[in-house]
Amino acid sequence: MDEMELTCICCPIGCGLRATLEAGQVVRVTGNTCPRGEAYARREAVSPMRTVTSSVAVEGGVRPVVPVKTVPDVPKDRIFPVMDAIRDLTVPAPVRAGDVLLRDVAGTGADVVATAGLDKAP
Amino acid sequence: MDYDVLVVGAGVTGCATAMELTKYTLRAGVLEAGEDVCTGTSKANSAIVHAGFDALPGSLKARFNVEGSRLMPALARRLDIPYRRNGALVLAFSPEERAGLEELLRRGRANGVEGLELLDRQALRQREPRVSPEAWGALYAPSSAIVCPFELTAAMAENAAANGARFHFGARVTAVRREGELWALETQAGCFRAPVVINAAGLGGGTLHNLVSREKVSLVPRKGEYCLLDRKVGGLVSHTIFQLPTRMGKGVLVTPTVHGNLLMGPTALDVEDPLATDTTAAGLDRVIQQARRSVPELPVNRVITSFAGLRAHPEGEESDFILGEAPGAPGFLDAIGMESPGLSAAPAVGAFLAESAAYLVRASVNRSYDGSRPAVCRPAELSPEERAELIRRRPEYGRIVCRCEQVSEGEILDAIRRCPGARSLDGVKRRTRAGMGRCQGGFCMPRVLELLSRELGLPPEEITKGGGGSRLLWGPTRKRGGEGE
Amino acid sequence: MISCDLAVIGAGPAGLAAAIAAREAGVEDILVLERDEAAGGILNQCIHSGFGLHTFQEELTGPEYAARFRARAEELGIPIRLGVMVLGLGSDRVLTLTSRERGLEQLRAGAVILAMGCRERPRGALNIPGYRPAGIYTAGTAQRLVNMEGLLPGREIVILGSGDIGLIMARRMTLEGAHVQCVAELLPYSGGLKRNIVQCLDDYGIPLRLSHTVVNIRGRERVEGVTLAQVGPDRRPVPGTEEDIPCDTLLLSVGLLPENELSEGAGVALDPVTGGPVVGEDFSTSVPGVFACGNALHVHDLVDFVSQEAAAAGRSAARFLKGGPPAGPVIPIRCRDGVRYTVPQHLAVEAMPPEVTVRFRVSAPFREKYLACYINGTRVFHGKKRIMAPGEMEQYTLRRAALPADAREIVFCVEED
Repeated sequence: MDEMELTCICCPIGCGLRATLEAGQVVRVTGNTCPRGEAYARREAVSPMRTVTSSVAVEGGVRPVVPVKTVPDVPKDRIFPVMDAIRDLTVPAPVRAGDVLLRDVAGTGADVVATAGLDKAP
Repeated sequence: MDYDVLVVGAGVTGCATAMELTKYTLRAGVLEAGEDVCTGTSKANSAIVHAGFDALPGSLKARFNVEGSRLMPALARRLDIPYRRNGALVLAFSPEERAGLEELLRRGRANGVEGLELLDRQALRQREPRVSPEAWGALYAPSSAIVCPFELTAAMAENAAANGARFHFGARVTAVRREGELWALETQAGCFRAPVVINAAGLGGGTLHNLVSREKVSLVPRKGEYCLLDRKVGGLVSHTIFQLPTRMGKGVLVTPTVHGNLLMGPTALDVEDPLATDTTAAGLDRVIQQARRSVPELPVNRVITSFAGLRAHPEGEESDFILGEAPGAPGFLDAIGMESPGLSAAPAVGAFLAESAAYLVRASVNRSYDGSRPAVCRPAELSPEERAELIRRRPEYGRIVCRCEQVSEGEILDAIRRCPGARSLDGVKRRTRAGMGRCQGGFCMPRVLELLSRELGLPPEEITKGGGGSRLLWGPTRKRGGEGE
Repeated sequence: MISCDLAVIGAGPAGLAAAIAAREAGVEDILVLERDEAAGGILNQCIHSGFGLHTFQEELTGPEYAARFRARAEELGIPIRLGVMVLGLGSDRVLTLTSRERGLEQLRAGAVILAMGCRERPRGALNIPGYRPAGIYTAGTAQRLVNMEGLLPGREIVILGSGDIGLIMARRMTLEGAHVQCVAELLPYSGGLKRNIVQCLDDYGIPLRLSHTVVNIRGRERVEGVTLAQVGPDRRPVPGTEEDIPCDTLLLSVGLLPENELSEGAGVALDPVTGGPVVGEDFSTSVPGVFACGNALHVHDLVDFVSQEAAAAGRSAARFLKGGPPAGPVIPIRCRDGVRYTVPQHLAVEAMPPEVTVRFRVSAPFREKYLACYINGTRVFHGKKRIMAPGEMEQYTLRRAALPADAREIVFCVEED
């Protein structure tokens, strides 16, 4: 049986949550003051996921970088491998918002998607 | 490289001297350790052209202050820099302090300061309603003025350069040798030779002097801390307001600046480190407390920046400027210990040193000297029609880069392209005021950085705040792509 | 002189939403003025996600949120002029513009919407002692450098101030390979959203040092370190608690100030607490025909509320241009005891829509306290709040139906019981 301490992010109260896990499953949540806290703890204790937002180098664009995000979210413990892959990537201009710049980043199954466009330098 | 006269230091004294030297037929060179003019004592002071009432009669300070103050209006006109004769008030807070005012009045009259007048409480309040009701009376000096030390120094340097003087930056003097009739100055930028050297090296001037002279001097860095207030409150007072001077100097003043801010300071504290331009909590507290004694309503929540400057104070009380040939060093002329009123005195000191140097190298008057300065374009000062016409011809004056001070791209490009021009963020700031407003460069810094990078042909990570190791950035976050860079 | 019916100053989230709503309310001749090279305002550099949950029920990044409004503005054919700076605004609604392309221009507008946004408090405003080397940036400037220019300001970072931008930048710098030593916060609580503390600091093991501040900056050329000290209840450093932290960069996230130089020039009355214009429920300022919204009005935590308020300001400007009926008597909305300010600051009872959202901030964190609303001295609302924090904007909906005909004054406050 494992216990995990979490801070709830559902509202400004920031309840200190304690999730009890058995065989990788949350069996009990305490410290929450509302059902949203329990739901958050059940998710966060087992498989915390995050959107990674960063920027990707662009060759020949009006700016050197374009903003990107991972779609869908990636496991929290894969953030740095994802960042390494994003850092190594260079794409040619132009880029359009929504373009998939890299598929299955760092083996997470998520794509790196441009969140803004970037024109070619004149 | 060989010159007839070498000036060491491109502060206000060095640049005034360089400018005056070009009025003679001689080759003048300026060696500056920093990356730009006006990077030492000249950049952090009260920006006052003092009337000259507090220097000891007969002293060099008295003579050159009064003379400098007399020269300044015409100089400002011909170089096209801001100057405003706003008058000064020295406050007395008790009848006992009246003796102090009378002493200043006596000194001032002996020094030849015109228009001095003692004011009683009522006359004082009439002239400056915001002064403390505790002020019992004041000495009024109508000839006291305010100036922009950056623009003054840069303008004199530009005039010198336009008339043939050459500036060498990054040229800190590391050794001095006598080679026959010449002085050989080893610097980081090579060796320079001249029969006449003028030591205007500010806080480094003592060390330089001691390399060549048999009579040693000791300059003590005297720190002065200041706070600058937002232009929104710049109109609170119109005069430069002093308290009675103390052993350590003129004390904390409150003054408007030519750009409409309000400045308060300085403290006076002798320090050991000639590079210790850091402010301190105690110092800033003292500035605020002392300034509030003169003007109780000062809105200190309107401080936009604080800074400290170091004056080169020759050891000892009532010390004077050290001007003229260093004992045992023929042709090596000092201009050191140029603490207050060094800025006020600079034009007169420059003329005096240039004349001495010209005599030593037997130079004659340069008849082709041009006293003007290539015109500075200030769109905000033009009529709407003129400004519109300017932008039609030069669109870069239409794009505002610094929102607080409303400085256009054109003005920033001018600052970089002038000679000597800005090489750093601070160099641009001092010349154009971009980054000097209430957001202190938060908005314009990335934009000015881009312009500097483009104009100087350097990658952004090599652009500095103020030369040397003051790089602004670590580097690009990603490896650089193709033409986009 | 050129002219338009409605001039919107700023094409950030506020300006775009205001212009869209005004067009939808029938204003044809609109001109949006933007000093940057792209519309979207600060959102263009806010590349993190978390925007738009209220508006679109999904988490968007800043550029994506901005793009939705930009697309709508484009669809409606609203002209947005980029690279143009408004130099001045008169009470007669004449604007002075400057741009590369068109030079100096005068623009006469039938109505004006102020949507200039806000700016960051710089180091100078805090009067932090020490040197003035390279390496001191506001968090927003660092954000622009990293996210727009692809430039890293430094490698060893201390962040002063736990506002949301500071927290976001702590994560961003960490992801870019920099090491964030800590985030120091003068107050005993953070000014940022809980979610940002968890996902930007806790996720990366970045310590949040509450009741701490920077008391000295070392380094003559580049930052070499800062001195951190604990502060007492009086917010003054406690002697003996100083600790030196070597770093090459200090980022400041110490507050945002609505940008109102133009408003002041036009004679618009400002609220000393918000730093923005004093407005009515229709977002009208003290100068007829001039409306305010977004962070220029008061600093928001959530862009969704910016869009909502701005749309209301846009509709009001449309009504003004059509010569709507006189507003009738106006009553003040005041605050006391724990409530720092309200927006709007006054209300035209007869002209008000069926519901008006009053937004406000509390002056300190409150737990298990009551929010109260009084009309003419009579308590009309008394609701228990588990927590109220200065970093999270509160709101209360006033219903016209619930207002007595003789309403003279509305007051908001925090009560013990």
